Amino acid sequence: MMMDGFDMLLVASAVIAGATPLVMATLGETLTERAGVVNLSLDGTIVLSAMAAFVVASLSGSLLAGFAVSAAVGACVAALVALFSVRLGMSQVAVGFVLTLMTRDLAYFLGSQYARTEGPISGSAPVPVLSGMPVLGQVLFNHSVPVYLSMIMVAFAWWYLYRTSWGLRLRCVGENMEAAYARGIDPDLVRVVYTVAGGALVGLSGAAFSLCTKPGWGQPQGCEGSGWIALALVIFGAWHPVRAALGAYLFAFLQVMSIHFQSWFPDVPAQVFQVAPFPLMIFLLAVSTLVHSEEAKMLAERHPLLRILTRGLAQAPPLSLGKARSRD
Amino acid sequence: MGLKTALAGVAEIAASVLVVVAFTTLVLLVAGAPPLDTFAVLVKGSLGSWSKLSHVIKVWIPLTLASCGLLFTFKAGLWNIGVEGQVMMGAVATTLAMRMGGPSPLAGMVTALALVAGMAGGALWALCAGFLKTKAGVHEIFAGLGLNFVSQGLVLWLIFGPWKQPGIASMSGTETFDERLWIPSIEALNLSPAALGMAVAAVIVTAYLLSSTRLGLYLRAVGGNEKAAVLFGLKPHAVMTAAMLCAGGLAGLAGAFQVSGVYHRLIPAISSGYGYLALLVVLLAYYNVWAAPVVAFFFACLNTGAIQLPMLLSLDSSLSGVIQGSMVIAALAVHSVSTRSRRSRG
Repeated sequence: MMMDGFDMLLVASAVIAGATPLVMATLGETLTERAGVVNLSLDGTIVLSAMAAFVVASLSGSLLAGFAVSAAVGACVAALVALFSVRLGMSQVAVGFVLTLMTRDLAYFLGSQYARTEGPISGSAPVPVLSGMPVLGQVLFNHSVPVYLSMIMVAFAWWYLYRTSWGLRLRCVGENMEAAYARGIDPDLVRVVYTVAGGALVGLSGAAFSLCTKPGWGQPQGCEGSGWIALALVIFGAWHPVRAALGAYLFAFLQVMSIHFQSWFPDVPAQVFQVAPFPLMIFLLAVSTLVHSEEAKMLAERHPLLRILTRGLAQAPPLSLGKARSRD
Repeated sequence: MGLKTALAGVAEIAASVLVVVAFTTLVLLVAGAPPLDTFAVLVKGSLGSWSKLSHVIKVWIPLTLASCGLLFTFKAGLWNIGVEGQVMMGAVATTLAMRMGGPSPLAGMVTALALVAGMAGGALWALCAGFLKTKAGVHEIFAGLGLNFVSQGLVLWLIFGPWKQPGIASMSGTETFDERLWIPSIEALNLSPAALGMAVAAVIVTAYLLSSTRLGLYLRAVGGNEKAAVLFGLKPHAVMTAAMLCAGGLAGLAGAFQVSGVYHRLIPAISSGYGYLALLVVLLAYYNVWAAPVVAFFFACLNTGAIQLPMLLSLDSSLSGVIQGSMVIAALAVHSVSTRSRRSRG
């Protein structure tokens, strides 16, 4: 398993841990978009909740308080998005974009006096018995609590969306608001609820950064940019929680590998590897859109192997995504 | 358009300003800062003296250029978030041209060509996002964002790699250009009439193109209703590409000014975030060509005034971003509430 200081198990374990905040944010945004709302404020929300979690946790000494506050911050920003876009019918993209810039600046303004101070870290907590298993024990069961939480969340989100009547209602609103209304569901209420709930998950991801994966608070914050990645991953994951989470693990893998590539190819400048995952993400988005085109479908008719591939990558957004309901 | 609409407009502005002042005061109190002193620093730091005002104008020029560019893409219904990267690539192209030209006797010509190169750099970068949108179906927000990250990586790589200063590469940027390559400015005023003229010209040309030419009509047709535009024989993808080219060119010019008129070299934060800020400018200006430069001036004042916050009150200068963002949100919200209530009244 060893190769030039490259340990498969260590990499797998680092990927699982490193993807934690992204998994949380991606799940949150998937829920929100499934209800038909695009919350574009992710990037700033994550920075602001990371700051809030760090400050509260270091002042109170309680990690739990830090995580709780971060969820509340995320829910509050999302509530603003819901208020402006669902209730007032403003452009979801405009509101989200302005909020993403503003919350980031707010984080740096309010958090500047706490920058580069010592803070608590959510330490490793191996699961008894399970962590003793060969291979899987180290990869899956030798992490801190937020990492386990993110893994449970993936399963829970899938079960909730596809196996409960609440999930059915949520998907129904995202696909066809009028039909949902005719069935006695209040589409606006559902949208507000899942925007706020999704926002709370996004907030938790901020705490997962500042208290766990990239511990500490400073300017610029290491988690800047990850909100945008999470938004792209939701599309890449075709609005399916498990696929979106897999995308998050893939992205984390690319980031871990970029560190290794740097040591394997010292001649290539470090900046290339640092930004490489971002264009790769766009490339994957382009591919997953292209396989949905008519030409790709015709090709797939003739090649069974391609058919499997296109089915795996095909995507269709919730039909009412980004639209406001007319009340006339 | 009558007195009533004008009064409603004034009332909207007053209401949003009130909301912003209240919100900012709250933020300042949370941070434990004296609100009145902070507002005073912001005003004095931007309009208090000629040297401050000339700095405001130096911020206003690139901000106005990028905002004008965004008007083209917004009219076509595109969210050109990649404008930030287009500013950076304009700066990179300008730096490249100036390095190739060097301080020859024809320095003035090199500078002019370098500005054109900057426009081309920004336009080409915008074209990438445009093609990703029209050919590959990647939403322009994600294409643009990805390209922003790539251009930031490229700028850093150039500064620490091929274009590093003799001796040691540093965050302070590349070597400063020969003075003959700078955009000419009046030293006593610390102001470049040429650059100021460029920005004013950009506003006028943008206004003309958008209101009185076919291009403007096509952009509005595609932005208003893409399917209807097709029925009228327009090619939405070609129109979108044209909009991206215009936006990228003007954003590139903003980057070119950052290099040739402000920093006189390439630095890591060469775009100063003006691309993202220009998006806020255009939103607050309700996509109006004549309102955009006014809003840009106001934002430039906030940015300049906030520079002294860390020194005088030990507050972070990101306060300007908080005020700008809340301003846009408040204005959009007030506007939508008042149009709703007006509509429901009949």
